[in-house]
Amino acid sequence: MSELSIINISIIILLLPLVSFILLIFFGKKFPKLYLAGTGIVFVALALSIAVTFGMLTSYSGETLSLSFTWIDFGNVPSIGPLSIELGFEINNVTALMLFVVNLISALVHLYSIEYMRGDIRYTRYFAYLGIFTFSMLGIVITNNLLMMYIFWELVGLSSYLLIGFWFEKDSASDAGKKAFLVNRVGDIGMWIGILILFTHYKTFTFSTIFEQISLGNLPFDSASALTTAGILIFLGAVGKSAQFPLHVWLPDAMEGPTPVSALIHAATMVAAGVYLLVKIFVILTADAMLVIAVVGGVTAFVAATIALTQNDIKKVLAYSTVSQLGYMVLAVGVGAYAFAFFHLVTHAFFKACLFLGSGSVIHAMHHEQDIRFMGGLRKKMPLTYYTFLISTLAISGVPLFSGFLSKDGILAGTLAFGSLTGHWLLPIIGFTVAAMTAFYMFRLVIKTFHGEPRDKEKFAHAHESKWVMTAPLAVLSLLSIFIFYTPNPLSADAGWFLDKWVSTPQTVVPAEASFDFMQSGMDKHEIGLAQESGIVHSVQYTEAMHHAHYPAMFLSLILAGLGILIAFIFYQWKKVDLEKLTGKLNSLYKFSLNKWYIDEFYHATFIGGTLKSADVLSWFDYYIIDGIVNASASVTQFVSRLSGWFDNFVVDGLVNFTALFSGFIGLSFRRLQTGKVQTYIVFVVFAVLLLLLFFRPF
Amino acid sequence: MIEVGLNHFLVVSSILFSLGIYGVVTRKNAVMVLMGLELILNAANINFVAFAKYGNFGLGGQAMALFVIILAAAEAAIALAIVLNLYKTFTNVNVDEIDKLKE
Amino acid sequence: MIGFPILTLITFLPIVGMIIILAMPKDKSIWIKYIALAATALQVVLAVILLGNYDYSAGGIFQAESFQFIEKFRWIEITGLSWLGTLKVDYFLGIDGLSMPMVLLTALISFIATISSWNINKSVKGYFALFLLLDTGMMGVFVALNLFLFYVFWELMLLPMYFLIGIWGGPRKEYAAIKFFIYTLFGSIFILIVMIGLYFSATEVIAGGERVFTFNMLALMDQANYNVDGILSPFNPHNLRFIAYIALFVGFAIKIPMFPFHTWLPDAHVEAPTPISVILAGVLLKMGTYGILRISYPIFPDITRDLMWYIALFGMINIIYGALVALAQKDFKKLIAYSSVSHMGYVLLGMASLTSTGINGAIFQMFNHGTITAMLFLIVGVLYDRSHTRGLNDFGGLATQMPAYTGFVTVAFFAALGLPSLSGFISEALVFIGAFGVESIRVLTIISMLGILLGAAYMLWTLQRIFFGKLNEKWAQLTDIDAREYVMFIPLTVIIIFLGIYPSAMLDIMSTSVNTLVEFVINGANNISISGL
Repeated sequence: MSELSIINISIIILLLPLVSFILLIFFGKKFPKLYLAGTGIVFVALALSIAVTFGMLTSYSGETLSLSFTWIDFGNVPSIGPLSIELGFEINNVTALMLFVVNLISALVHLYSIEYMRGDIRYTRYFAYLGIFTFSMLGIVITNNLLMMYIFWELVGLSSYLLIGFWFEKDSASDAGKKAFLVNRVGDIGMWIGILILFTHYKTFTFSTIFEQISLGNLPFDSASALTTAGILIFLGAVGKSAQFPLHVWLPDAMEGPTPVSALIHAATMVAAGVYLLVKIFVILTADAMLVIAVVGGVTAFVAATIALTQNDIKKVLAYSTVSQLGYMVLAVGVGAYAFAFFHLVTHAFFKACLFLGSGSVIHAMHHEQDIRFMGGLRKKMPLTYYTFLISTLAISGVPLFSGFLSKDGILAGTLAFGSLTGHWLLPIIGFTVAAMTAFYMFRLVIKTFHGEPRDKEKFAHAHESKWVMTAPLAVLSLLSIFIFYTPNPLSADAGWFLDKWVSTPQTVVPAEASFDFMQSGMDKHEIGLAQESGIVHSVQYTEAMHHAHYPAMFLSLILAGLGILIAFIFYQWKKVDLEKLTGKLNSLYKFSLNKWYIDEFYHATFIGGTLKSADVLSWFDYYIIDGIVNASASVTQFVSRLSGWFDNFVVDGLVNFTALFSGFIGLSFRRLQTGKVQTYIVFVVFAVLLLLLFFRPF
Repeated sequence: MIEVGLNHFLVVSSILFSLGIYGVVTRKNAVMVLMGLELILNAANINFVAFAKYGNFGLGGQAMALFVIILAAAEAAIALAIVLNLYKTFTNVNVDEIDKLKE
Repeated sequence: MIGFPILTLITFLPIVGMIIILAMPKDKSIWIKYIALAATALQVVLAVILLGNYDYSAGGIFQAESFQFIEKFRWIEITGLSWLGTLKVDYFLGIDGLSMPMVLLTALISFIATISSWNINKSVKGYFALFLLLDTGMMGVFVALNLFLFYVFWELMLLPMYFLIGIWGGPRKEYAAIKFFIYTLFGSIFILIVMIGLYFSATEVIAGGERVFTFNMLALMDQANYNVDGILSPFNPHNLRFIAYIALFVGFAIKIPMFPFHTWLPDAHVEAPTPISVILAGVLLKMGTYGILRISYPIFPDITRDLMWYIALFGMINIIYGALVALAQKDFKKLIAYSSVSHMGYVLLGMASLTSTGINGAIFQMFNHGTITAMLFLIVGVLYDRSHTRGLNDFGGLATQMPAYTGFVTVAFFAALGLPSLSGFISEALVFIGAFGVESIRVLTIISMLGILLGAAYMLWTLQRIFFGKLNEKWAQLTDIDAREYVMFIPLTVIIIFLGIYPSAMLDIMSTSVNTLVEFVINGANNISISGL
């Protein structure tokens, strides 16, 4: 395949799910069978993406193919010069693998949903939403610039909103959708500010141009701290989307959506977008930014794992385990284990999708019962579901021979190496603790769901294995959780094709003084040569530390995982410990975990309550103060006009009327003289004559 | 013995005039008012004649008095006719009640 | 160029319609409606012809020669006045990249509002006559290049608005109409005063070489035309330009409406009939910001630059304050009204940046707010027509009852909350890009970004309260939208989506003019400060 055809096919892959969406949203009502077309389209996209991935990994491995076009042209802008906004696509190994992963899981989820969602009143609408989600997710994958990343980022948020709230008749579902969108927006604002910092300085959104400028020493606002800020702010977007602490609260609630959606969006793809974003911008992360990322990832992994220990809803356990695993990936990016972060993203996508689809199969069989306290013994009724679920559980718990072991072990080794290089030992400690907890709560889930005796006999009696369209995806995904797809050596992924050939850590572009020493490439040429031989080009020092950490990390994690599994069996399978007593003793800790650290309550009391309260206060202010002033000024004007009206009426007009009144009065009083009696007149005449005489005195 | 002079005449005529005015102003009966008028006219006549006797006017005064008497007769005839008509219209001759001029 | 006076035609076409309507008997109400529809439809056709003949590379702003479709002739001329000399006012129309989007918007919104007026049944003749008069006033404001003419159109549109709210409005219509009228008139007085001040400060050469006082906006933009002792002349050391700028700004700010002059808006919107709300939000609010860009900016570049921070501050207050107050509303229409306050804040913020991206974003936001908010008010109207209530808590579960309606609502709401791929996002993004690039207002910009979170909050909450959850049995009889309502929603939806994906279609129209404007303002401000005045 030529470069151009790879890009073109990728764009076709991107557009295919959009076509599916448009078809289904406009014609879905008239042609209810159209969902088959939608599913078919996604399978075509899957086939094309296999071709692209294959072409990429065989012919252009390590290269970046890109295509860009001008979206908005501002012309010749004063004081800047020609300015335009370019959009475009780029394909490299990571992108191609991601294309495959997204398409594969999307296709399997489409297939699975045909059966799972059957009979829903908005059946075709559901497939339309899956289409727009796949479109947006693929957009994130193949973009070559931050703006498009942000655009598709938000579109993913939209489709997630639509799918979480798919059963909007339930208030909890529409609440969860709203919450997911808003919490994500918090992260997105941070991301947007980070993007603006970069754009303001470089006048471009394109990754490669920005990286090139930074590698030339041209830092945003000429300060490394601005670069750190930009990195952390963009990471904030990932905090939202990948459900990192403290913005992780939306993901467990998002389980209100249909279970296949949880598998596709809230386990395998969308939540991984945050990690993917970090992978994309890895080269511009400064030391400080990486430390922040590592700490956030570690805290997330720990907090979520502690919560997962006590949850009773099968999907909630998986949700918190997802949060915890995403914390691992973010931690991996933070400690510089770039390749392992992406590796874990891929392996996690498969086994977590498998777990969710498996739980969907259980829920489907149990007639929408999600509480594991009412399950048990399902192993016999649903063997295929059980074994695929078990394989994925083994993978997530970090048991050798399975993919999760390889990727998680790499991450733990990375944290150990980081600890030894920088002295931040708390991160590996958290990492290993979480590994033990993961093994424990995952096996708790398996045992309570599939082992032992059924606790709800009636539902159990009706339970049955799901149809092939639901189990086939489970089989495919659990198969992909086996080590052989990634490396020939079940104990180490280093020599495998995934890490050796496909994904290599890029060289950081951050100036030496702002990045970790170990992130810089080697001390001399000889060492660089050595490093390249072992497949990792970015840092000899770090690679060495990783090598040193590999075996201790492996043994430690094996022991801890084994311990976790053992405790789970003691607690739930063999019931050697009275759990009631234990929870009684650790009551406050138990409650703390069961209630998810009271984080939701805290947010409700502070941010949400505060916002609503200030909204009310401002609304009052607006109505009574601002509008009050307006109305008061109207009243004052009215009063003044009344006053002047009074003045006009009584003083000005009063004068006029007084004149009239006065003359009227005079008229009236003279009228009295006019008696009509001749005699009176005569008297007047006589007196008048007398007066005249007196006055003029003619004599 | 006091010689009768002009002043005596004038006093008599003034008294007569005043009585006449008084009559005209105070009497309610229209006929009495007319009689008052006659008194006023005669007071004037006395003045005419007195001034003619004591003054240097020739016979002008007496002539004027004669005219006045004639005029008074004519006037009395007309006035009585009016009074008669008033009586026909209002069935009385009380000048207080005949104040149509007012309207 | 086009062989006929297209701007005059597009401006006065509604008046022709009005005259025909006035000549018709009262009982032919359906014909009256069709005539109004024809007039506004023709206006849309003319606007499209304008767009087809529009020269994208012409800058306009201050150069008469790069304005397009110019029509200029003497309108009022009185010679031989003792100390004034000659009083002359030109009839001067022309458009550039600033006004072209507004002309398109006015034509479009008037057309949609006419369709939306179809169910007006109370004295139809009077309604449509006033409506068309209003249309002329609005169009005139955007094409006038003479300050006097501008003011005439500005006031012309007030009167029909007063009656349209006051007669065809809701329960408190008299209060709302008077409040609107007095408030706007209050602002107009400031504009008038400044206009007269400008008139006596600058002169222009007319045929014959005589210099006369002028209302010509383009002449007023040229600092060389100012008299040394003019009261608003930059050469006068005791000039009152600062006060004049504030006064002019207040006059325009009332129309925007800018905090704290915004309280007429919720009242007017809530009481006005749906089509009038559409016009009010869709077009009238834009006149304020258009006036600032067209008049305040180029005529007072120095003060503009000095007050940039304050304009941005008020933009920020509008965004946050409007959004928070909207969050607290329980009346659907009032909520939309306050969301307008918030969205117009973006326009202010973008303008305040004095950068090309920011001002492009601001004008684009004016256009997008016009289409999106028009749609939002139509949405409220559709619901109110059917249910006769606007209480947000009275509904629930309408999504299953009215699916097509819900679809349009979702598009409009997401456009309003700035979802990428819909037009509102592009303009907000450009505003932020522009404003963030200016160091002095960067902090304000960052605070303003909370607006996109709050916007999402009140929009989604509204969506949830009205459409999601269980269907309230009371509304089981509500019918989905009919053909007429499709006709009003579809063009707006198409435009919102199209401009979200291909914003250049609109941005290319304005970008040359915006660049010219920014350059002109910056140079003007520098010239004035260099000459030490």
